[in-house]
Parts: sequence; C-alpha cells; structure tokens
Amino acid sequence: MEAIISIRSISKTYATGFKALDQVDLDIRRGEIFALLGPNGAGKTTLISIVCGLVRANTGQVLVDGHDNVADYRAARAMIGLVPQELTTEAFESVWDTVSFSRRLFGKAPDPAHIEKVLKDLSLWDKRHSRVMTLSGGMKRRLLIAKALSHEPRILFLDEPTAGVDVALRAGMWDLVRSLRASGVTIILTTHYLEEAEEMADRIGVIDKGRIVLVEDKTALMRKLGRKQLILQLAQPLEEVPTALARYHLELANGGTELIYSYDDKGERGSLAELLQDLGRAQIVFRDLHTTQSSLEEIFVELIGTKR
Amino acid sequence: MNRHAVAAIYAFEMARWRRTVMQSIISPVLSTTLYFVVFGAAIGSHIPQVDGVSYGAFIVPGLIMLSVLTQSVSNASFGIYFPRFTGSIYELLSAPVSYVEVLLSYVGAAATKSIILGLIILATATLFVPLRIDHPVWMLIFLVLTAFTFSLLGFIIGIWADGFEKLQLVPLLIITPLAFLGGSFYSINMLPPLWRTISLFNPVVYLISGFRWSFYGQGDVSLEVSLLMTFGFLALFIAIVAWIFRTGYRLKA
Ligand SMILES: Nc1ncnc2c1ncn2[C@@H]1O[C@H](COP(=O)(O)OP(=O)(O)O)[C@@H](O)[C@H]1O
Ligand SMILES: [Mg+2]
Repeated sequence: MEAIISIRSISKTYATGFKALDQVDLDIRRGEIFALLGPNGAGKTTLISIVCGLVRANTGQVLVDGHDNVADYRAARAMIGLVPQELTTEAFESVWDTVSFSRRLFGKAPDPAHIEKVLKDLSLWDKRHSRVMTLSGGMKRRLLIAKALSHEPRILFLDEPTAGVDVALRAGMWDLVRSLRASGVTIILTTHYLEEAEEMADRIGVIDKGRIVLVEDKTALMRKLGRKQLILQLAQPLEEVPTALARYHLELANGGTELIYSYDDKGERGSLAELLQDLGRAQIVFRDLHTTQSSLEEIFVELIGTKR
Repeated sequence: MNRHAVAAIYAFEMARWRRTVMQSIISPVLSTTLYFVVFGAAIGSHIPQVDGVSYGAFIVPGLIMLSVLTQSVSNASFGIYFPRFTGSIYELLSAPVSYVEVLLSYVGAAATKSIILGLIILATATLFVPLRIDHPVWMLIFLVLTAFTFSLLGFIIGIWADGFEKLQLVPLLIITPLAFLGGSFYSINMLPPLWRTISLFNPVVYLISGFRWSFYGQGDVSLEVSLLMTFGFLALFIAIVAWIFRTGYRLKA
C-alpha cells in the first residue's frame, strides 16, 4: 500500500542538547490506524510535532501525501488534524465558537452543519454554548478532537487520546476512530495503554530512545512474538519431567504441581494432540488445563528490555 | 492567502475585545476624561497658551496618543501571549497559515481596537475643549500608523514575554514613561537644551509631534521628520518580527 506520510532520516536535538529523535524513518499507509508505542520520553510527541510543524527537525524530510511539510506547508498541514497530548484549550470562548474557529483557521469556509455533526459525534452538542473553561477534562479532550475534525482532515494524529478519559467514553472514542477510518481517514495514535494498540491498530511501531525499534502488522507481530503456553494442573505433583516427554521441553512449576508447555503458532495443533497422548501413556493425570498468550506488554518488555 | 484564517483570527480577537469592552474602552476613556478635568480645566486655566492653542486643547493629541500607544501594546501582546500561555497556540502553529497572515490578523485586530479607542477619546475630548483639526487626513494617517507600529511592538513583547509580569511590566516601565516624556503634556521646545536633545531619542516624540501637527499645524519637529521616524520604527519592528518568524524564536523548539 502507498504511504500517505513518509518520514525520512528525521533527527531532533533540543536546545538543551538532548537528542530526542535519531534518524527516524517511518511510512504511514493511506487509510490505516497506526499505533506508535513507546515508553515516556521515547520521542513520540516530538515526532508528531515535527510532522505537524510545531517543532523543527535538525535533519531529514517529511512528505505528507507528497507535499514537503516545510516547503509546501500549506498543502501538507491542510490535510492534518492534530489532537495534542496536553489539554490545551482556549478559556473564555464557547464550544461552538472555538470549533468553528478551528475550521476556518485551516482554510475552510464556515459549515455549521459539519460542526453540528462533529459536536454530536463527540457528545458535545449539549455543551455547545458553554465556555470552554467550564468543561471537564474528558470533555476538553473531546473538544480537542472536535477541533481537529472540524476541518475534515484526511489524516488525524491522536497523541495519547485516552489519557484522563473514562472507560465508557473511551469506548465511544474508539467507535469514532473506527468510523473515521471507515471513511478513509488515516489515523496515527500514541498510547500508553498497550491493550489499546492491540485492540485498535492495524500496524504498530515501537519507538524507544528516539529510534524506531520495529514496525509490524499487529497480527504478524502478535504471531511472531506472541508466545503461547499450555499449563496443566497435575493431580499428583511430579519430582521431574519423565524422559519420555523430553522432546516437548516441558517445565515444572508450583512445586511440581504444574506442567508448562511453551509453543508457537506454527503447526502446534498436531504436537499438542501428541503431547496429550504422550501424557496419557506416561500415566500423568491432570485436573485442569488452560492456555495463555503473551500480551503486547510482554512483547514490549522483551523487545526493549525495560519494564514500563 | 488563507483568507478564512485571517478573518477567523481577526474576528476571534475582536470578540475577545467585545467581551471585555468595559476594561477596553471605559477605563481609558475615564482616565483621559480625568486628565482633561485635572490638566485641562483645573490646572490648564492657569497655564498660558502653548503654541497658540489653549492648554486643554494642546494636550488632546498627546492624550489620544498615550492611550493608543499603551492600548496597542497591551492588546497585541496579550493577544499572542495568552495562547502561548494556555498552549492553545499549537493550533495556530499547525495550521496552514503563513506568518504574514498571523501578523496581519493579530496586529490588524489590535490596531483596529486602538484606532477605535483613539476616535472615541477624540470624541470625548470635544465635550471638554474646543477642538480644531487642520489636517484630518494626516490625523488619520498618524493614528493608523501609530496603532500598527505599536501593535507590532506589542506582538513582539507578547512573543518575548515568558510570564504575565513581563507582559505587564514592559508597557508600564517603558511605554508609559516614553509616552509621558514624549511631549503629551508639553512641547519639548519648553525643555532645557540638554533634555530637549535627550527627548529626541524618544520615538514617541515624533509620533506625538506629527499627530499634533495634524491638529494645529505645528509640532516639535517637522512633519517630514515625524513621518520618517514613524516609518523607521515600523520598519525596525517588522524586521524583528521577521527574525522571530525565521528562527521560530519562542514559538518552535
Ligand atoms: N522543548 C523541549 N526541550 C527540551 N527537551 C524536550 C523538549 N520537549 C521534549 N523534550 C525531551 O525529549 C524527550 C522526548 O519527549 P517526547 O517526544 O515528549 O516523548 P514522549 O511523547 O514519547 O513521551 C523527553 O526526554 C523530553 O524530556
Ligand atoms: Mg508524549
């Protein structure tokens, strides 16, 4: 698939001397939901800020649908809606005014019907006459999304969009994101919640210490790194794994009451069945069994070797 | 040209002004009225004519300039500082808006407000003193030039300031003294030679002088010098703004 954003050799060293981004290359595909995942301070916000024109890169180039985001900033920026990480809003203006303002700022003629739709989609319609400063944190977050959507962007950046948003609203937000993608909008989100990346994203990019560590289809990533384990609760504790079962590389746990079999997704069905037969032959009786699959969280820890 | 953006920012800034119209207009009008009462009527009646006009009438152009200067600076500096302070400036910086458009809309709005204010004060003045305006077109030209020039300065201060104290201190510590000592209440020809020379380094002298000339046909310096200096400051401030935008100073990391 063709890239709608292509980021080439972007580096950024802040005035403090801190190198926040180091030769970042990244392609975002048209129409996908891309999750940028990384620990605090990894450089996620810096990267988004460079694409959106808030921060200057020291080296490299960003193309937004073929438009250089510096030389041809008007065309590039007009396509992008940005929802920043911080709740930075006006204060005294009404919700309606501030969202209408955003639309015109991005060069679009006023369109009350569209503003109405956006406010309704984000459950802000009842609040349209309220002053921004009277809104709760969750409402401000949605207001920022409304502002970003006011000018009908083809690309939407969501920088940690669910921070401070309660669970019910979060679900609504993801519904909105999915319907945006269905209408062809490309979405790039950063999140602390790994389940969110897992649930939402088509592809996942992992960034750490200013470098992109990997970019992968979510399902491929899960398949590649997602270890599965079969855990058997034994009726009788075992001293050691019988040699007849050596080829399965089983582990004993919980004082010999649990047998753990680790396997991957590739052709494991047959071997699972064989294992169960071999257990029967070795006269090992189990009371119960269950399987586990490593989460993105564990994958993440494995990849960058840090606990979050 | 992103016309919609310019119109939106301009309208946004004017709306902000309308919400606080009491502070924006009533207080400068009130304080100017007090100046007229104190200096024009009470003390002025004991002061002989200056340059052939009554003292009350003499101070009108200076008082208008005083308000236009301080309001231009404070309006424009607040207009750009507040979104920096709340962080909502991210939207402006990420929008398909050129620096010229940012400048036109913010400075244009601030200048509009102080021009309106200047005209209101002028109207107020006619209630107190018999006024005559020899060169109304020049009067408007000086009013507009001054409003734009000092709105530019306010814009620069609003970008430079990193706290509300600086935002308020600069107009207080620099603009007000310059305006007071720039000949609002006297002709600098009344000063001893040394102070007269020092005063010539005060940019406000040229604005007030030119403005007063448009009323009464005479100023402290010639019309040409006034105009030249005013355009000089305009050019200087534009150069500073251009530098700010080129380097992203205080706007972009
Ligand atoms: N304006 C700035 N000046 C100096 N350092 C900064 C600035 N902004 C961010 N940083 C630093 O750059 C690093 C990356 O920050 P950021 O991009 O916000 O990370 P993330 O969004 O992944 O948490 C952090 O160490 C942060 O302290
Ligand atoms: Mg961040």
